[in-house]
Amino acid sequence: MKEISSAIQLIPLENYIVLSIALFSIGMMGVLFRRNTIAILMCLELMFNSVNLLLTAFSAYHSDPSGQVFVFFIMIVAAAEVAVGLSIVVMMKRNVDSVDINLLNRLKW
Amino acid sequence: MIFLFYFLSAIMIICALAVVFSKNPINNVIYLIVCFLAMAGHYILLNAQFLAVVHIIVYTGAIMVLFLFVIMLLNLNKAIILRKSTVTRVSAVITGGIFFLVLLAATRQTFEIHARYPFASDFGLVSGIGKVLFSEFLLPFEMSSILFISAMVGALMFGKKDV
Repeated sequence: MKEISSAIQLIPLENYIVLSIALFSIGMMGVLFRRNTIAILMCLELMFNSVNLLLTAFSAYHSDPSGQVFVFFIMIVAAAEVAVGLSIVVMMKRNVDSVDINLLNRLKW
Repeated sequence: MIFLFYFLSAIMIICALAVVFSKNPINNVIYLIVCFLAMAGHYILLNAQFLAVVHIIVYTGAIMVLFLFVIMLLNLNKAIILRKSTVTRVSAVITGGIFFLVLLAATRQTFEIHARYPFASDFGLVSGIGKVLFSEFLLPFEMSSILFISAMVGALMFGKKDV
């Protein structure tokens, strides 16, 4: 275990910051890019995971376990949100008969 | 060790781009599963072992399987989903790229952070996280059970045919 802990000092923290920013912007690009509702939910999961990775990296660098506990709670909330979101998708398919997100435009002006 | 970091992040970024740009929804799910496995590798690299295992069990094992079930239930691989207009897609890519550059420029001042505190050797194991979870974060832990019950009730209510 001590070898793994001392190896973290070899990887500078900005690598994790850049990686997390890249994943977040790719996820955001996917939400704007896709028209399938399930694919939009998947790109949302990508954004959640980039934040999880950044929190864990900072928590490891400061030896503070609060960051990892917070990641645990983010996973809990993401699981509940995916369950409710997918049931909304099933209801959408039942009503409009498509998962195209451009068909849900009744609240637009 | 840094080679392992670059290898895992290359896998993760390629699979994330494949999630965005692929057409078949089942291919999307498979690429996202590979991306999550690479992220579990990153967690192990950071000595967050509890989070790596919980990540594989909860995210890859439960949430992605739920996605696959819903995709197969709705029979989506036979439907033809039109794509958004070219202007929207190009502007989405440009927006993503500009957002990436803006965030990168905003965090450039923080690139001199070095590890300041000595590492505890039992950091990230189940016992350390369990101690913090049940002493300092007890109230959010109990509240999450209420969150789960409400999410379950909500999901069941949406699934009924005659609301």
